[in-house]
Formats: sequence, C-alpha cells, structure tokens
Amino acid sequence: MTGTKRNAFFHPERWVTVVFFGFCLLVWEVAAQSTWISTLFFPAPSTIVKTLTAMTGTGLFWLTLGTTLYRLLLGVVAGAGAGLVVGWGMGASRKARAVLDPVVAALHPMPKLAIFPIFLVILGIGEASKIALIALAAFFPMLLNTLAGVQHIEQCYWEAASNYGARGMTLLRRVIMPGSLPMAMTGLRLAFNNALVVTIAIEMLSAQDGLGAQIWMSWQTLRTEELYATLIVIGVVGMLSNAVLGRLVVWLLPWHTKA
Amino acid sequence: MKQLHVIGVSKRYSSKRGSVKALASVSCSVQQGEFVALLGPSGCGKSTLLRLVAGLSQPDDGQIEFREWVQMPKARLVFQDSALFPWMSVWENVAFGLEMEAMPVAERRERAVALLATMGMADFHQHYPHELSGGMRQRVAIARAFATEPDILLMDEPLRALDAQMRLVVQEELLALWNRQKPMVLYVTHDIEEALLLADRVLVMSGKPGKIREEVISGFHRPRDLTGRDHKNLEELKWHIWKLLESDVRGQLQSGTANTV
Repeated sequence: MTGTKRNAFFHPERWVTVVFFGFCLLVWEVAAQSTWISTLFFPAPSTIVKTLTAMTGTGLFWLTLGTTLYRLLLGVVAGAGAGLVVGWGMGASRKARAVLDPVVAALHPMPKLAIFPIFLVILGIGEASKIALIALAAFFPMLLNTLAGVQHIEQCYWEAASNYGARGMTLLRRVIMPGSLPMAMTGLRLAFNNALVVTIAIEMLSAQDGLGAQIWMSWQTLRTEELYATLIVIGVVGMLSNAVLGRLVVWLLPWHTKA
Repeated sequence: MKQLHVIGVSKRYSSKRGSVKALASVSCSVQQGEFVALLGPSGCGKSTLLRLVAGLSQPDDGQIEFREWVQMPKARLVFQDSALFPWMSVWENVAFGLEMEAMPVAERRERAVALLATMGMADFHQHYPHELSGGMRQRVAIARAFATEPDILLMDEPLRALDAQMRLVVQEELLALWNRQKPMVLYVTHDIEEALLLADRVLVMSGKPGKIREEVISGFHRPRDLTGRDHKNLEELKWHIWKLLESDVRGQLQSGTANTV
C-alpha cells in the first residue's frame, strides 16, 4: 500500500461518501423548506445547525455536556479499571476463575438498566447510583475481553515464560498483562460505548441534568430541533472518544500490528 | 562428568480422536559439552522428548535424570517459531532469562546488547520482533537462550523456517556460541545433513510409536565446515540414515497421516 494521508483524502471513495450524504441532506432541506415533510418531526438541517450553534453558545450547554462527560468518564474509569484487574486476576488464577465464572455468567447478560432500582435503593437517588450503574456497564465488556485476551496468549509464550523461569507476579507483569492488552483495549472501546448508552439512558430516566435529560426535555416540550442538535452532540462525543481510544492503542501498544 | 539420562521414557497423548503413543520406552544419555541431534521424520516424537527434558510435560513412564549436578541444571529451549515475546523489544527478549534471575536492569541490558553485538545485531536491539525478518528473529531467540548461559540447550528445529543460505549463516553462529559456552545441546531436526554437520552424535528416531533406532557418530573434526565439502564420508552417512528412515517416511505417505506430535 502506498496510500499516504494526502492520497487518502483525495481518494475517490471519500468523495462518493461526501456527495451521497450531501445529496441526502439537500433533499431533506428542500423537503422541509417546502413543507413536504412535517418540520415538527423533521426540522430542516439548516434549522438544526442554527439551533446547535445557538446552543453551544450558552454556558448551560457546556455545563450539561460536562455533567454527562463527568458521569461517563468516572463510570468508565471505575468500571473498566475494575474489569481489567478482575480479568487479569481470573486469567492468572484458576481458583479465581472457578469462583467468579458463575457469577459473571449470571450477571453479565442481565440488562444493566434493570438493576438500576436496586442501586437506587442501596445508593440513593444522587450521583452515586448513576455512576455505579455506568461503571457496571463498562465492567463486563472490559472483564470478558481482558480474560479472553489472557486466554488467547499463545501456548508458546506460556512455555517460553515458564522455561525461562517466570512465575507469579513476574509472569503476571511481563507476560499476562502485556499479552492480553490488545484484546483488553478492544474491551475498553466496547466498555466505553456501552457506558455511553447507559449514561444517556439513565439521564433520560432519572436525571435533572446532562445530555440525556436534555433530550427528554426537548421531546416533552416538542423542541425537536434541539433534540436533533443534542443527538449530534452525543454522536460527536462517541466519535471523538473512539478516535482518542484508537490513538491510545497505538501509543500503548507500539509492538502491536494488526495481523 | 555431568550427564543427562533418559531412561525408558514413554509418553502418550490423548485427544478426542483417541490417544497416540508419542514415545515408547526411549533411553539415551548425553554428556556435558556434547552436541546431540535428534533426527527423524515428523511425528516421531522428537519434540516430545525435548519437552520432557525441558520439564514442560511429564513422562507417563520412565525417568529423566540429571546426574552429577549439584542443583537442577538450567535447561533452556529455543522454539521452532522463535516464540519471542512480541511486546518486548529485542534486547528485553534477549535479557528475559536474566530478568527472571533477578539481574539488575542496567547489567542485563548491557549483557544482552553485548551478545547481540557479537552476532552483528547491535543496531536492532530496540526493535520489536515484528520488525525483524524470520532469520533475525530466530537469531534473537538463540541469543535469548545463550544469554542465560544454560547448562542444557534444547533446540526444537530452530532453523526450519529459514532459507538455505540464511540457515548456513545461523548454523555457523550457533556453533560459535556453543563453542564459547559449551552447554550440552539436544538439537531436534528432520534435516539429515544438518544433524550430521552440527552434532557429535545423531540419534536417529522412528515414529509410531517414537523410539530411537540407531546412534550415528559423525566424527567430523571441529571447527566444522558446514558446507560439508571437507567431510569425506558425509554422503555415505546421509545415505545410511536415509535407508533407516525411508520405510518410515514412505509408510507415512501411504497411511496418509501427516501427524505432527
């Protein structure tokens, strides 16, 4: 492949994408302007952009965004961090696996939102219950991918490590942890996306602030253009964080090449 | 004299499709400083024997004894596919055994880089394995084993994936390293000429179940000429070993089993 950044930018396929979506937006704009479609449900793209610009000019918007990001990041750090540690622990120790496997198998498929009332009872209606649920949403994908990462470390690496005298903590630090990191990073992406879903859902369900709450408020007051504008913001949050996590992989795993 | 004795060792592998007898009552012994090749067609259990000596698996029957050693000898493996840790740089890989022996980082780095330098690879010490060619990776894997100054070096077809020219170069390097440290070597290969040219003694194995058929002593002088031109009776020995193995190999073709144990 001789593709450079420059070439990628001018790649014809890219223009196909741009032209296609540009055309779709144009059709939407024209349809809305001429009221072929109801602007109540489908406000014109130009209106949405105007609303978005106005919205991002207010301090309240940044506060709302900040609130959501705070919950999301705190939940991801706590949940994915715990998932990583437990995943390594389960990967390294057969006993840990024997004890925790059934627990994970039982709790993992449970829709996390269904557990929310229990969290409310235990942790109250404040931030703690929300962040705990977001953390739980991040926990399982991270745990399962980290564990799978340990289990996918090739046999020859275990044998080489054992033959050269690696045991216990050294084995964990030099073989298990780095060897499972590529899959753990995939787990982190999944954890993040899962956590984002739960963050928005939980804000719609029970918060007074945050992007999820704002979407719900826009719906209840039928300010659809604001609803769309908030959706765009959430989309951008998701895309940006995936890009950041992608960079993180390159930075953390310089030795890792996609096979 | 420190010795390794393999006494009546049997090993059976079980899988869902039944069990295979990989080794049947194999006995042999190796002296300190000796270079011994285990030669045979695929599936004759030579790798199995190596892994038993390495302690990676236990024999079903028989014993592996290390005689005259004060402590358990240090037996280090070189794997077929290098098995370098992809997440460690070249020097970290070479120093891995030393790290496990708790040598301080400055010292083990210095040793690893020095060893790499003697092999002409000093410039690559900060590379990652995936940035190296197959031949380079295998040389690093050999360096990783020698860095620990092992008592016993166990090599499992380490040069199998290399082209003929590269193989010759690495063979020379290997013998030079061996000559400096003189560990006991068990070298698994299916290449008759390689076995004869590298080893003092060749243990010819046959498969199903794996056993040692004959011991062939090459008797070539050292330092060796690895092209084989100097060694008058090389062709004769090759022919002799081929005759021992021929029926095995043809049998494998007929029964259609390309089983690699």
